[in-house]
Amino acid sequence: MPIRHSEVTPRSVYLNRRGFLAGAAAKFATPGKSPLSTTETPTPYQDVTTYNNFYEFGTDKSQPAQRAHTLITSPWSVTIEGLVARPRIIDIDEILKLAPLEERIYRMRCVEGWSMVIPWVGFSLSELIKRVEPLSKARYVAFESFYNSKQMPGAGGAGIPFPYVEGLRMDEALNPLTLLSVGLYGDLLPKQNGAPVRIVVPWKYGFKSIKSIARIRFVEKEPPTTWSRSNAREYGFYSNVNPKVDHPRWSQAKERRIGEFFKRDTLPFNGYGAQTASMYDGMDLRKYY
Amino acid sequence: MRKTLVFLLCLTPLALLVFRGARQELGANPIEFITHATGDWTLRFLLLTLAVTPARRLLKTPGLIRYRRMLGLFAFFYGTLHLATYVWLDKFFDLPEMLKDVAKRRFITAGALALLVMTPLAITSTKGWIRRLGGRNWQRLHRLVYLSAAAGVVHYWWLVKSDIREPAAYAVALVALLGFRAATLSLRQPVGSR
Repeated sequence: MPIRHSEVTPRSVYLNRRGFLAGAAAKFATPGKSPLSTTETPTPYQDVTTYNNFYEFGTDKSQPAQRAHTLITSPWSVTIEGLVARPRIIDIDEILKLAPLEERIYRMRCVEGWSMVIPWVGFSLSELIKRVEPLSKARYVAFESFYNSKQMPGAGGAGIPFPYVEGLRMDEALNPLTLLSVGLYGDLLPKQNGAPVRIVVPWKYGFKSIKSIARIRFVEKEPPTTWSRSNAREYGFYSNVNPKVDHPRWSQAKERRIGEFFKRDTLPFNGYGAQTASMYDGMDLRKYY
Repeated sequence: MRKTLVFLLCLTPLALLVFRGARQELGANPIEFITHATGDWTLRFLLLTLAVTPARRLLKTPGLIRYRRMLGLFAFFYGTLHLATYVWLDKFFDLPEMLKDVAKRRFITAGALALLVMTPLAITSTKGWIRRLGGRNWQRLHRLVYLSAAAGVVHYWWLVKSDIREPAAYAVALVALLGFRAATLSLRQPVGSR
């Protein structure tokens, strides 16, 4: 019998916690719920914040929660550069006020075959992009995570190069689903979840949703990405969730939703095909995996 | 008495797993946790089994031989639990999917080989089988444990995404244990034992 989330975390506890946070921290005025949210039950806060892939803090999924406290997230700024009319360095406090914050409850599918439902807080990345006015030559957006080996002591043996870099095509970056996230569960992002600012691209495998962003560069050519640089055969630039294209070492047809016993079928584009599939019309998704 | 103690010690990893499971302390992804724990202990017991011979020599404790069969059988035991986790909790008895895995995913091929090779060794681990096969043949057959351990380490190495430190540690241990045998073999050669 499948274990329901509602059995794992009583709804009242979840609601209580949010009530408590609203009263105590009052970091965010209660963000409005976005119509882009799923109605599925969110994965318990405990799981969302203790089961993380953030290799700068170690490759074991419990390590980021234990070690990420060394990351200094204040002060923080993001450098925006490249092919834009208004390149600038933007402070995190300004990012928080750039556009109305929304709660976006998204499915998150990891390339490793597990998934979660996470109530993010943020706004569409397009809000930021339109303010810096990309030039017409800008066709891709390159992202770079903050990297500091003193603050990120787990990075040494991870086996991938740092700083972590990711990229999106301009239309992907402008898609309303692409979220610039600053929080989850009504609070600021925990450090292990990519504080203080990250993106969330829910129709792609989780590693595309880069954490703790330090730099955003607008470029003409497809930018390199960390995982495809480290293993191009296994991780492509697009990395759209696709049950029909297996990872060379495991099937992507099914996934284990954290908290559930049985596996469920993985949906094309992680169930966001209605808003995203048209961007890939005419592309062979086996070739552009 | 001492053997019972070792037996119970060998069961501790399983007991801890059950205990933590009952207290819901296996983390966000308990099935992954169980898979990794049983796999880790299979490899550890394989290496412990292979460590008996070098330990007897180096520590001058020939009596350790009494524990070798038990250690080997525990490797098989944890390996079987590892397989059961995969068959039941990961694949839910989906046979075509599992066959596809074994054929297509080389890390699973290696893991399947490691356990397959261990099976006849577990079966023929009794005194009766040693007698039936004859000491020399039995020993020859049981050299397959080297292949099983190597396939097990390769299985782990091919599974990890990028951080190879742990499988590398197992590989180093295995190379050391096999290296010891190679070294003692070549040292003994000039004496003309064979």
